[in-house]
Amino acid sequence: MYKILKKRTLGPKIREYVIEAPEVARAAKAGQFVVLRLHERGERIPLTIVECDEASGGVTLVVQEVGKSTLEMGDRYEEGDSILDFVGPLGLPSEIARYGTVIGVGGGLGIAPLLPIVRALKDAGNEVIGIIGARSKELLFYEERMRAACDELHVVSDDGSYGRKGFVSDPLREILSSGRKVDRVWAIGPAVMMKACVGVTRQFDVPTIVSLNSVMIDGTGMCGGCRVEVGGEAKFACVDGPEFDGHKVDFDLLIARQRFYLEEEACALERYLASRKEGGEVR
Amino acid sequence: MIREKQVPMREQPADERIRNFKEVPLGYTEDEAVLEAERCLQCANAPCIEGCPVGIDIPKFIDHVKNRRFAEALATIWEANGLPAVCGRVCPQETQCQGVCTLGRRFEPVAIGRLERFCADWAAENAVPSAEIPPETGKKVAVIGSGPAGLTAAGELRKRGHAVTVFELLHTPGGVLMYGIPEFRLPKRIVNREIDSLRAIGVEILVNRVVGRVVTVDQLLEEGYDAVFIGTGAGLPRFLGIPGENLNGVYSANEFLTRTNLMRAYLFPEYDTPIKVGKCTVTIGGGNVAMDSSRTALRLGAEESIVVYRRGEEELPARAEEVHHAKEEGVRFHLLATPVEFIGDSGRLRAVRCIRMELGEPDEDGRRRPIPIPGSEFEIEADTAVIAIGNQPHPLIPQTTADLEVNRWGNIVADPTTGRTSKPGVFAGGDIVTGAATVIEAMGAGKRAAAAIDAYLSGG
Repeated sequence: MYKILKKRTLGPKIREYVIEAPEVARAAKAGQFVVLRLHERGERIPLTIVECDEASGGVTLVVQEVGKSTLEMGDRYEEGDSILDFVGPLGLPSEIARYGTVIGVGGGLGIAPLLPIVRALKDAGNEVIGIIGARSKELLFYEERMRAACDELHVVSDDGSYGRKGFVSDPLREILSSGRKVDRVWAIGPAVMMKACVGVTRQFDVPTIVSLNSVMIDGTGMCGGCRVEVGGEAKFACVDGPEFDGHKVDFDLLIARQRFYLEEEACALERYLASRKEGGEVR
Repeated sequence: MIREKQVPMREQPADERIRNFKEVPLGYTEDEAVLEAERCLQCANAPCIEGCPVGIDIPKFIDHVKNRRFAEALATIWEANGLPAVCGRVCPQETQCQGVCTLGRRFEPVAIGRLERFCADWAAENAVPSAEIPPETGKKVAVIGSGPAGLTAAGELRKRGHAVTVFELLHTPGGVLMYGIPEFRLPKRIVNREIDSLRAIGVEILVNRVVGRVVTVDQLLEEGYDAVFIGTGAGLPRFLGIPGENLNGVYSANEFLTRTNLMRAYLFPEYDTPIKVGKCTVTIGGGNVAMDSSRTALRLGAEESIVVYRRGEEELPARAEEVHHAKEEGVRFHLLATPVEFIGDSGRLRAVRCIRMELGEPDEDGRRRPIPIPGSEFEIEADTAVIAIGNQPHPLIPQTTADLEVNRWGNIVADPTTGRTSKPGVFAGGDIVTGAATVIEAMGAGKRAAAAIDAYLSGG
């Protein structure tokens, strides 16, 4: 069992958890993820690590409540409660080096996994430009943490309710068009957002790393459910990634594969919401 | 007068069992077991012992059964095999003990597997105490992986008085016994029972630990483990490398079976993990995993389940009983055919395009090589395809362990009689060494390695 040390709300349906898992906290590096399972009937949920605190053994994660399991976690798991399974760190760490100038782009929930990467890049001596964005003001989080980790930060919102109006790919395009020398880009967020970002960086021939969140079960290379096409080759997001060369990723395939279980996800969610309304147990 | 035929084992009828996940063969009663045990000739040369990868004294345990000394029968099996309830169910007996049974030269061989299963199940119901543990040696061994190789090594080492900690990456121990082999062939309570009996003798099992990520083999040795046994199996699914393989609806057998067995997707939405089969499922491959997948598809509601295998009926590598059960349940076989393309419709599998094969000259492993017949392509309309053509070794531990030699396929190089690797204090066995094989062979390797580790720890 893994205890929830802290839980706080970052925005509507966005929560930050600190889970006690000292072995994971000690071993994890930026870019890696964990898989957790709430209870005996639960599914295995992959989540990218935000930060680790060796002293408390805490591993920080940000969870967006988009389906039954994540909603259930938000509803029923409080500080002091425990979740059943927590395994990590999984996947390959980000390749942190002194590249020169690096842009970190975080869209929506992608801001969470981006944070440790920009911190590590900054520590490695890079000039780091951050770009973060969300659909609207209340969905944006970690602005201060990102500002502290970056040399310069651009903030956008789709509806213009905060920062400038637009998508994260807009400031990205402007910076690259301005002629500033950028050596590498990290773009993390929804598949459509990453696809838009690599569309921009491809024009300027800037190497771009993306972090893929495909459907997975074990997270250790065993099921192959998370396979993606990178440069025409099948790769497993869990063990060959989660980070890949964004210019080589087949995003349309990724998006199609992410949507395979939509009906089942909707069914599980509906069933959960109905049970919650009745105030009963889901089982 | 010897009965020519085996005492049949009662089974769930095919039309009933394809609607549930309960075990198919129902086991022997005491009287049935005794009757079957009476068929054993007790021949002096006992070829069956040779035929058993872990060398159970088969005539001796059968003699105990014959005389209704069931506890003694189990104790005899236990001397060589810590997982009899599992082996009695999943061993390919027809190519091992029963394949060389003297009686089998004229009649049906003694149903050794069924008798082994009977003894284990009888003991579970009648609470036979487990083995006694000698005094602690003060030595610590880390076992990586809790599949058949790891569990056997762990049990054998513990029985020699060593402290044993097993590291499992999934949330449940058992490896392929839990995620791979379906409930209807190996009920999970049986596996749990075997695991509980290991825990009862003091084996510590840590789940959710990915060795190579959370801790490395080198760190385990530095942290005070005196030896390490690697039994991480052949965990990575192999794909065909043909067009359309990444369409929705194309599963690796690992994923298909893991969703069903480990995550209980057949109970969705009561359990949270979903699975989809649609009307027709095509399974590619001819081994036990292919039989498990095709039979699972029927139980998940597929109206049609078809196995496509590139060789012929005789070459099917699956246990005879599995093929028999699959056919009884209505699985159809397209033999001498192989897929060339998965055809999709808006990202979703619609059909599997296959080509017919013929058998040519034998290849290096002695099996006749299948050759495609030009122009013989045909399509099977399908919603789901399951690729069950084997697995590759898991690369994580070789990648993260200094001085551990692997061969060109990525298998760890280990001495077949001792499991000794190129790295001092590190032993390996099971599929990670041999490539995908059987449960009992992995257990045999775990057992031999445990003996070698024991000798190593005693300074031998």
